[in-house]
Amino acid sequence: MVDTAFQARSLYRNLLRFSNRFSSYNFREYARRRTRDAFREYKNVEDPRKIQELMQKGLKELQMLKRQTMISQFFQMDRLVVEGGASGKQKGRRGDIVRQKELG
Amino acid sequence: MTTTAKVVRCAARFSRSHFASPLRPAATTVRRALTAQLQHRCISSSGKNEEAAVKVDVENRRIDTSNFMNKTGMKPSEVDVGNRLTADAMMSPSAGILKQATIMDEGSRPIYLDMQATTPMDPRVLDAMLPFYTGLYGNPHSRTHAYGWETEKAIDVARGHIAKLIGADPKEIIFTSGATESNNMSIKGVARFYKSKRHIVTSQTEHKCVLDSCRHLQDEGYEITYLPVKSNGLIDLEQLEKEIRPDTALVSIMTVNNEIGVIQPMEEIGKLCRKKGVFFHTDGAQAVGKIPVDVGKWNVDLMSISGHKVYGPKGIGACYIRRRPKVRIDPLISGGGQERGLRSGTLAPPLVIGFGEACRIAKEEIDYDHKRVTALANRLQSGLLAMEHTTLNGDANARYPGCVNVSFAYVEGESLLMALKDVALSSGSACTSASLEPSYVLRALGSSDESAHSSIRFGIGRFTTEAEIDYVLKAVRDRVTVLREMSPLWELVQEGVDLNTIEWSQH
Repeated sequence: MVDTAFQARSLYRNLLRFSNRFSSYNFREYARRRTRDAFREYKNVEDPRKIQELMQKGLKELQMLKRQTMISQFFQMDRLVVEGGASGKQKGRRGDIVRQKELG
Repeated sequence: MTTTAKVVRCAARFSRSHFASPLRPAATTVRRALTAQLQHRCISSSGKNEEAAVKVDVENRRIDTSNFMNKTGMKPSEVDVGNRLTADAMMSPSAGILKQATIMDEGSRPIYLDMQATTPMDPRVLDAMLPFYTGLYGNPHSRTHAYGWETEKAIDVARGHIAKLIGADPKEIIFTSGATESNNMSIKGVARFYKSKRHIVTSQTEHKCVLDSCRHLQDEGYEITYLPVKSNGLIDLEQLEKEIRPDTALVSIMTVNNEIGVIQPMEEIGKLCRKKGVFFHTDGAQAVGKIPVDVGKWNVDLMSISGHKVYGPKGIGACYIRRRPKVRIDPLISGGGQERGLRSGTLAPPLVIGFGEACRIAKEEIDYDHKRVTALANRLQSGLLAMEHTTLNGDANARYPGCVNVSFAYVEGESLLMALKDVALSSGSACTSASLEPSYVLRALGSSDESAHSSIRFGIGRFTTEAEIDYVLKAVRDRVTVLREMSPLWELVQEGVDLNTIEWSQH
């Protein structure tokens, strides 16, 4: 029997990985938050049928994320004012300007 | 000779021709020795001329640096050659100059906080729509081939999702181009079908398209009652009961107001209308998908829904028309008899399916979204109301939390919007944002011209984040303070002068 806990963890990691690839700040943050909250909400589910159902749903969402993050990479907008950018003096030393948030 | 002077000489010797140095002649011998080697590299490294040039430059720098280090035992970037330049700037001028530059790589796009105007389309919705823009292009009304059948099937599924969200039967959903068309269709349609009844009741805070449809019917000879609202934005039920006459055809009251977000007592209005035998229409564009809607429980006979307010595509909406007891309307658009003959014209399958998917998601996520929007709205609202001389417009309790309308006294709303260029906000509905007139909704609440002029609407939605709310709070706080500092009125208020007692001289 395949370990469902392992499968769920792998799905979770994949969902988060692809969530990060949205070029739009709001979608990226939402996808991450929604993934995290959904897994937290269902962490105590014991019924195998329900687990299967949720896993199927998660896999479907993952497929969607793969397609939509790809599309979002093609149509990039400017970053929002609230997103961390780089600013300051660059002195040529390694790591002197630090981005607060990585893009995609 | 001191070490620094030696270093300077050494650096200058390796400098390329771009950099003018007083010690240049000394470099010629070394350069000549390097040239042959470099040319060789250049030929072997690349076929393209431009690429080759770049590579040579990079190579040169590498060779220079290693020679420099061999000679002096120091890194070129650590050696000051005077005039605030380091030795590596002499080897590669562009690198040296770049190090002096200040990097400004901040985002510049404004934060979107105008969710009552429209919402961004959910990626899940787009994902559902795309197949119908590419491969599945059949006309859903084609009954003779598979292309038509597959689209029709998908449309029926979408219709089911929308019906489920508002607690209706799929057959009661008529697709239109948006809530404006639905409102027009409902009001004009009912009024024109039941010709013997010549009276319509609506409220003063309705959306422009409802008021304008009523104005249009007024020209056709109908009588319209524009019900005033209380100062909290809610209608008075007793007054509504008094206004309903035997020849009243329709009562049209919106569920959630688009400017102040108050929720009208739908259930009570529905009960009253049913008792009096009057049709009840509601504009639910701002309510559907955000608060629980149940047309059965509310006794709603007609309801307008919009696609782009529920994270769906623009250009699509729906009208719920009750079948039992049957509501009959005179169609605005005649033609091929699609949508039970009430709204002819070929449906747009991608939009319909996107709308259906948006409604499915809304139904699934309504609790999650509502909880989140409430938390964010509380954060925003408490932050804004903590500033002095600010008031919340509309009822504090009977409201959809995602719409926060606040008046900032002694600040011009439009100038605050101008000052808040990094936040996408509006002072009222998008339809009237082009004019500088104060909002008629706020005037209907009885607020003064000044207060109506100084109000701003903040719309929070599914994709709003905490960081955005904090940014907006800080921005509003700063800029309201700045604008007030500039205002002579604010000075008077600080001195304790009551502005209402001042007699302004006329010019």
